[in-house]
Amino acid sequence: MPIEMKQVNFLYQAGTPMEVHVLTDVNLKIEKGEFIGIIGHTGSGKSTLIQHLNGLLRASSGQVLMDGEDIFADGYDRRKLRGRVGLVFQYPEHQLFETDVLTDVCFGPKNQGFSKEEAEKKARAALDMVGLPESFYQRSPFELSGGQKRRVAIAGVLAMEPDYLILDEPTAGLDPGGRDEILGVLKDLHKKQGIAVILVSHSMEDVAQTVERIIVVQNGHIAYDAPPREVFRHYKELESYGLSAPQVTYIAHALREKGIPVDPDVTTVEEAKQSILHALSGKGGSVC
Amino acid sequence: MGHRDCPLVLFLRKVVESMGIVRTAKLVYEYIRKDENDKVTEISRAVDGVDMDIREGEFVAVLGRNGSGKSTIAKHLNALLQPTGGTVWIREMDTRDEDLIWDIRQTAGMVFQNPDNQIISSVVEEDVGFGPENMGIPSEEIWKRVDESLQAVGMAAYRKRSPNRLSGGQKQRVAIAGVMAMRPRCIVLDEPTAMLDPVGRREVIKTVRELNRKEGITVILITHYMEETVDADRILVVDAGKVKMEGTPKEVFSQVERLRELHLGVPQVTELAYELRKEGLPLPEGILTIQELVDELCRLK
Repeated sequence: MPIEMKQVNFLYQAGTPMEVHVLTDVNLKIEKGEFIGIIGHTGSGKSTLIQHLNGLLRASSGQVLMDGEDIFADGYDRRKLRGRVGLVFQYPEHQLFETDVLTDVCFGPKNQGFSKEEAEKKARAALDMVGLPESFYQRSPFELSGGQKRRVAIAGVLAMEPDYLILDEPTAGLDPGGRDEILGVLKDLHKKQGIAVILVSHSMEDVAQTVERIIVVQNGHIAYDAPPREVFRHYKELESYGLSAPQVTYIAHALREKGIPVDPDVTTVEEAKQSILHALSGKGGSVC
Repeated sequence: MGHRDCPLVLFLRKVVESMGIVRTAKLVYEYIRKDENDKVTEISRAVDGVDMDIREGEFVAVLGRNGSGKSTIAKHLNALLQPTGGTVWIREMDTRDEDLIWDIRQTAGMVFQNPDNQIISSVVEEDVGFGPENMGIPSEEIWKRVDESLQAVGMAAYRKRSPNRLSGGQKQRVAIAGVMAMRPRCIVLDEPTAMLDPVGRREVIKTVRELNRKEGITVILITHYMEETVDADRILVVDAGKVKMEGTPKEVFSQVERLRELHLGVPQVTELAYELRKEGLPLPEGILTIQELVDELCRLK
């Protein structure tokens, strides 16, 4: 069952001279099990948008529906909603606070009212999902590497067993190895656990190689909502929005201008490689 | 003959000028943890014998995984940290000399990751003028510097604005202008683009490159984005507190496997060229730009 946003508008400081229209008529449907990337420049409204999905912000008008139910209706259990729609903020490792990894990850389920044993069971499962073995459980979260800390923080949200996992720039500040580590974890969560992953990112390369659907937020509107190949086709518009396309997309366009007939819609290194090899193998050839 | 023209003085001046603006010799830094009784419980060595020599006007990029020690090294370059072993000189000023600390900080300015932590005023021009004002510079001169610095980073049109209303890239350029207003010879940037969107990232890198080329400012850029370093004169790769690789971008990015072992990567275009080479296409190593790759592929056609 999906999360839906229907004609959602959001205004900051409504009714004052400082009023800012942050979201305008947003319509969106996210099904269980999807893998979505949200891109948009700083201040485009994407963080505001994701905070509507678990009820942290309340729409000024319009509705947010979870499985068809209005999450702001009287009597709706929003506490439970926040367990189902997990939100991992930017630099989540800043929110680690316990003395050891396992206790930190237990915090969420304990807070949901589970017993110590149940909480620990959920925490172990969550740590397993992010690929942290038992040898890490008793270590201080502060002694881990950047990527490991972030995996602990993500496990903290996973321990609440969400159906949807939203992450705000989960790879910011990580080295390339750490970036791959986190993206690998997210791919696994999506594939093996069937969790819907919604990823906010400033890295077009990361988004292109992981998600199935991209939502482009521009000035509080949804400008595009399509698979990566289709979205990055509009790279010129994306640039005017403060975004870009992956480097390989630019390479493909440059090659086509030189008369090498590669697929203009490639978005990953693998796709670009195949397309270039194919084009150079002689089919539909022409001269530079 | 006055002593200023004495051959020995001339010789020494030449020697000093030929030495790098930023130099370290066997730089060591240890984080020391103590218990409540002041007894040392743990020593961890973040920087382990680093020798660096950076020439005036050079653009040097520093790469390294999280926790490799690169930020710790950076903090030594404007005396935010003092070495626990070895020496750091900024224009021949030893950073351990407390009397020189302000001269050192004016010579080597620093820009950090989060623009919001670096902005202190509610108007852009006042923010940029804060540094020189603090240095006790007369106000006429301050305004002149504010003008020039904002011009240099392309933010002159925003001088009366509130920094809070700017984009991340613009804020970061204001932070750079604030450093420029102190007339440094060298700028150290510690992951200045980590929190920015693609266009903000491009703006900041372009600004930094122009300061280096047009104003001759020495640039030391720490980053996790490989493609931001392809125009550097030199790349240093730091791991476990040591310099593990050093060379031009072409030399360093030719070693794809080695970089992966160090938790790093290469620009996407370099990776594509590397993959195509593995498939047997006769491409040279270390392709760094889209133009290079397109030219090479056209040659194969």
